[in-house]
Parts: sequence; C-alpha cells; structure tokens
Amino acid sequence: MSAAAIPGRGRPGSAAGRWSRRIRFYLPAILVFVGGIVLWELVIRAANVSQFILPRPSGILDALRENWVGTRFPLFVSAVQTLKEALGGLLIGTVAGVLVAFAIARWVTARNVLLPVAIAVNAIPLIALAPLINAWFGLLNEMSKMVMAAVLVVFPVMANVTRGLVQVEPGALELMRSYAASEWTILRKVRVPNALPFFFTAMKIATTLALIGAVVGEYYGGQNKVLGRIIVESAAGLRFETTWAAIVLVAIAGISLYVIAVLAERVVIPWATTLEAERG
Amino acid sequence: MTAKASESSESSGSVVRLSGVDKVFTRGDQVVTTALEGIDLSIARGEFISLIGPSGCGKSTLLRVIADLIEPTAGEVIVNGKPAAQARRDRDYGMVFQAPVLMDWRTVEDNVKLPLEIMGWDRARRTARAREMLHLVELDEFLGHRPFQLSGGMQQRVAIARALSFEPAILLMDEPFGALGEMTRERMNSEVLRIWEQTGTTIVFVTHSIPEAVFLSSRVVVMSPRPGRITKIVDVDLPRPRDILTRETQRYFQLVTEVREALRAGGALTTGDDELDAGGASETRTLAEGAIG
Repeated sequence: MSAAAIPGRGRPGSAAGRWSRRIRFYLPAILVFVGGIVLWELVIRAANVSQFILPRPSGILDALRENWVGTRFPLFVSAVQTLKEALGGLLIGTVAGVLVAFAIARWVTARNVLLPVAIAVNAIPLIALAPLINAWFGLLNEMSKMVMAAVLVVFPVMANVTRGLVQVEPGALELMRSYAASEWTILRKVRVPNALPFFFTAMKIATTLALIGAVVGEYYGGQNKVLGRIIVESAAGLRFETTWAAIVLVAIAGISLYVIAVLAERVVIPWATTLEAERG
Repeated sequence: MTAKASESSESSGSVVRLSGVDKVFTRGDQVVTTALEGIDLSIARGEFISLIGPSGCGKSTLLRVIADLIEPTAGEVIVNGKPAAQARRDRDYGMVFQAPVLMDWRTVEDNVKLPLEIMGWDRARRTARAREMLHLVELDEFLGHRPFQLSGGMQQRVAIARALSFEPAILLMDEPFGALGEMTRERMNSEVLRIWEQTGTTIVFVTHSIPEAVFLSSRVVVMSPRPGRITKIVDVDLPRPRDILTRETQRYFQLVTEVREALRAGGALTTGDDELDAGGASETRTLAEGAIG
C-alpha cells in the first residue's frame, strides 16, 4: 500500500510552489481592492463630490499623515489606547467565557441554569448597555470600555467553547470508559482538544466584537485621545477626512486582530486547518 | 461470592463467562426493549467467537455488557476471572468500535499511545510499543500521519493497534468492518486472523456478515431478536491457518448454510432482514424464504 495510493494526502509542494500558488490565489482579491481604491479616487475627482459626502482616498491619507501626532486629533496615541481597551476587553471576556464554559460542561446544574440565560442574553443587542457601563465603571476610566468589549466577547466564547467541550463523539467517551479513564483525563485528552477549534472560531468573532465594544463605548464619552472620540468629534467639526482616517485605523486594527487569531489557530492546531483543507 | 465465581471460571478455563444475563431497557417504568434474555455463554481463552444476528438482536449490547459499558439488568458477567466492572478497571480488554474513533488532533502514532498514556507507561516504552503495534498492523510508514489522511480500512487497523497496545487478555470488536467495502473487509478479515494467531488474544467479534463470522471464528454464536437470545452455537471446524481458498471449500459453504439456517430458525431471516449480509449462496436464502412464505 503505497503512500501515493491515498487520495488527498499528497506531499505539500516545494516552498516556491506554495508561494506561487498563494500569490495566484490572493492576486484577484488584491487587484479588486487596489482597483476599488483607484476607482474611488477617480470617481470623486471626476464627479467633483464634496468631501462632506465622501472624501478622496488621497485626502484621507493626508489627514492620516497630518494628524498622526500632536494635533487636536492625535491618531497614533488614540489608536494605541483604543487597541489597549479592545485587547483588555478581549482578555477579560475570553477568560470569563472559557471559565463559564468549563463550569457548564462540567456541571449539569450549571448547564440548566446558565445556558438558557446565556442564549437569551446573547440575543439582546448588548451594545445598548454602553452608556450604563460608562456610568458604572467611570466615564474616564478605560475599564468602562474594556468591560463593554468584554460583555460582547463573553457570550460567543462561552457558547462555542461549551459546544466544543460537550459535543464530543460518543464513541470517544465509550473508548475512554473502556480504559477506565477519570473525568479529569477525559477532559484533558478528549474534551479540551475537541474544543480548541471551537475556541479559535470564537476568537475570530471575538476580536471584531472587542473592537466594536471599545469604539462604541468611546462614542458615549470618556477621555479624548481614543479613536471613538476622534470619530465623533471630527465628524461634529465637519472634518470628515480625519473621521475617515480614524475609521481606517479601526479597520486596520480589526483586520490585524483577526489575522492574529487566524495565525494563532494555525500554530496551535495545525491539524485542524489540514482537516478543513482535506474535507473542503 | 466473587471469589468463588472467579475460581470456577479459572478452573473451567473460560475467559468470559455469562450466566443468566438479561438486559431490559426502560423508559420511566415502561419496558421499552428486552435487549437480552437468559444469556449463558462461556468463552475459552484464545478462542475467536463471533456474535451474529440481525439488527436489534442485542449482539452489540451483549458486547457492551462484557465490556461493562452497559450494566445488565440481571445475571452474572465474569471477565478474566473477575466481575466485568473490575476487569474494565484492570484494563483486561481492548475495544474496537464500528467507527475507528481516532482523535484528529493526534498523529497515528499518538493515537496508539493514548491508552498507554492513560495507563501511565513511561515515554520510551510508549513509543516502542506504539511502533511495534503499528508494525503489526503494517502501518509503519504512516505513524506521522493524521487519521483523516488514511483510508477507512487503515483507520480501523490503527484502532486495532490501539486496542492491542496494552496487551489486553481480550479483544472486543463491535462490527469493526461494517463500514468497509467487501474487498477491504475480506483483506481485513485475513489481517485480523493473522493478528489473532500472532498475539493469542481472545477475540469476541460482533458482525452481521455470515461469511465473515464463519471465516474468522472458532465458534459462531447465533442470536435472535426481540428478545435477544442465543439460539445456536455453531462450531467452525475449518482447518487453520485459513486463507482466501478457505472461502471456496465445501465445508465453508456447509457452515455458512448452517449459520444461515440457525438464523432463519431463530426468526432472523423471515422478517425482510436487509441488514443481515447472507453473502455467498444467495439462492439458498431465496429458496429458504420462499419455503417459509
């Protein structure tokens, strides 16, 4: 039985081959993206659209450069602060979500009490709580933004990780019973590894949610050197190019966090990506 | 009482002994199914026993009762000279399920090591044994692969390697090749016989394939459904070692017919039993059914 006889398990090609495949795969997306920006620039110039409605990309770039440091809207320090709030919230929400998931998976009572509540709470647009959370944790305290982010993060993390811990192949549990394995061993050898792909799925959602929580929390007030405040105040001052510049930074932060989550997934559970590729 | 039971099973040389085993599944106070009724069975050390019967005859339930994965409603189950629960705690048996139940997050080699880790073997012994077992099932080249990269038959061979890795006295197999194609199944049958002959393990093998049961077994235990009972035990006196040519001998066909008739007598082949793979001489089956109708 030779290795070549098994479908779908061909050896990965050479590094060069892999890179050229990757470039060929991503090239259309990159072209569409760059082309879109160029088109945007050209249409705005040709149609003479006012910057109040939609600024040109080059105008946004200028605003980015001008406000990077030291002006009334210092974009760099603000982006760092907003990112800090989002990451703080991500951490708090993830830890809390994972802990609750373990409790739910371990104790049937916890499951019966918490799961319906969690599902109900998850259906509420929790972002509506932002002004209240600002009041509870202090408008000027960065903790209020972290908590807003954490509140958005905790439920998807909890729901996904719970599913990963509970939805184990029944055969695997029978197998472990046949080894007279303890619950603790089953948790370590079966449930936790089984939950890892679910955890990373949650993280990919959670990174975006954390940033939404932080920015929307900032909309409702707080210290000024944050992207959310810059967006609100520059728009109020009709400086839309700066508004857009801040939005671009939020977008970059969101995409970066997502990419980090994807890379972490590939490093921690490389087999899951292979499995997906083979099934896909 | 336990000690006495253990003595008697030792003296009779049986590695599995069931007496008066009943299993009734209930929902609330209502009896839903009588899965097993009055099962008496004694399996000698080194035997290859097949449990055969149509779906719902309780053969898988019986295997799980031996494995202490299901508790019987009544009766006594002695495995390796002790109560089934103790045998499970002592890891006296290895189990192979219909699905390979391999962990995707482990390599083939690490899957075979799983029971050894749980049983606290040290690293060097684990590696040595896992490689030895993968050699036994002829998967040496694949130890670094992930389970999902292997074919169904290969996955099941990994499961067999895993089940045998800690040298259990008994190997329990629950329709291990039921999901495989006919060709792969026949190859796996020969493979299992070879492993059985090399290791001397007692095997209890659940199947719904008559040819498979006859080819492999020293005895075929025929079961009937609702309630699940043992209707006949067929001694398979085919000479060993058995190979593909065994499947073409006169005696083989006689035994296949004998098992089929036992199934029919137990009511297995009268109720439009699609699951039961009669194989071989299907004309006989048609005739038999015609005779009943």
